[in-house]
Amino acid sequence: MYEKITASSPWEEPMMIYPAIHYTMGGIWVDYDLQTTIPGLYAIGEANFSDHGGNRLGASALMQGLADGYFVLPVTIGDYLSYKFAEPKTDVNTKEFDDAEKAVQARIDRLFSIKGKQTVDSIHKRLGNIMWDYVGMARDEAGLKKAIADIKALKKEFYEDVNVPGSQFEFNQELEKALRLEDFFDIGELMARDALNRTESCGGHFRVESQTEEGEAKRDDSSMSLSR
Amino acid sequence: MEFNLKIWRQKNAKTPGHFETYHIAGIEEDASFLEMLDILNEQLIREGCDPVAVERGCQSSGPVSFDHDCREGICGACGLYIDGRAHGPDNHVTTCQLFMRHFKDGATITVEPWRSAGFPIIKDLVVNRSAFDQILQAGGFISVRTGSAQDANNILIPHDRAEESMDAAACVGCGACVATCKNGSAMLFVAARVSSLALLPQGRPEAHRRAKAMVAKMDELGFGNCTNTRACELECPKGINVSHIARLNREFLKAKFSD
Repeated sequence: MYEKITASSPWEEPMMIYPAIHYTMGGIWVDYDLQTTIPGLYAIGEANFSDHGGNRLGASALMQGLADGYFVLPVTIGDYLSYKFAEPKTDVNTKEFDDAEKAVQARIDRLFSIKGKQTVDSIHKRLGNIMWDYVGMARDEAGLKKAIADIKALKKEFYEDVNVPGSQFEFNQELEKALRLEDFFDIGELMARDALNRTESCGGHFRVESQTEEGEAKRDDSSMSLSR
Repeated sequence: MEFNLKIWRQKNAKTPGHFETYHIAGIEEDASFLEMLDILNEQLIREGCDPVAVERGCQSSGPVSFDHDCREGICGACGLYIDGRAHGPDNHVTTCQLFMRHFKDGATITVEPWRSAGFPIIKDLVVNRSAFDQILQAGGFISVRTGSAQDANNILIPHDRAEESMDAAACVGCGACVATCKNGSAMLFVAARVSSLALLPQGRPEAHRRAKAMVAKMDELGFGNCTNTRACELECPKGINVSHIARLNREFLKAKFSD
């Protein structure tokens, strides 16, 4: 696989390895049944926080997907559903459904009404650069504060100048990307705020201000751990 | 590098499609095929017709729709028919693992969607592969809870048997086998699932039911049958062997005789 991608054989030349942010390392709170705080909504695999601590190593996501899917869910979801079969079907003609539909429609209409100059991908790449520069593996207070300000500014720019081509009444991948990017602004800012609040180094989160003399992660369980 | 791209454009399943040719320049040889399409789309959106131009008759089809997800060759979402080959001119790769260094500078590259009765076109290069999900729902699973892991030596499984099962399990369900097959057959896909489960003890209790149900569903959804040309094996990004089709046939026959 490596040779297919790089055209260089790892048997003959050293592998080129580069760390990259490619997922959020989970975090959704779940109970022992893997149910979130919303009844009936389960989060399994690497999306939840259950099996791993502050860091995840390669393939641990796969392990958690398998363990949750094979051992836990067949029992817990079945149990949840077994009580639901007796209940009448939910009526969709209610105010809640109407409001939800209107909110989604308004969100889509807004994106098409902007008619700006920049593509979704070009703005997405700039968000990626902010995250990479300031919310990567090593973080510090000044950088995180800058990241939060930059993300807010970029989000504002997105709502003023993004170009979502095509129409909403067809299969439209640019619309799909724009909707996702809207979410990425929020999760990006949330990650930066979280990293700013956590002044210790822990797991995959390394605060430059909190390190040992050898440059290793320095934890602060006395003020950061719930089980103190 | 620069290329002329002859790309299939189709508004939706009901509108007839056509080829459009685009020129693209400044592509690095280490760019992946999908990155090249991203750059093309960026270009197409920027050049896109404004509302005034549309009134004057501008008919740009906008950015090219194509499926992609992990871009690591493990999810099975991407799949393009490039220069007459599923996943393009490299062997044992998905489209996302195909790089522009495999093409000659200045070449004209033809890009089409998977073409098969079982995969109706949604738009441009995106096809509906939910038929694969329906085939899986017909029997590509184990419904018996086998309990927690027991002692490793209680049930002995020869190493080569486990390996063979894992080889079949490598199928990512991309559909290259169907697109390549002159009969539009999904046999390699179905065989990979049936064979992988039939080789291991967990899959045995339902092996007969599974083989019959999945083959019946495949036939019902308009996929053709197998005439042993082995073209699917050649184009499969995971190199799944047609011997699994032989095992599927065997499982199917055994099931029929035991009826």
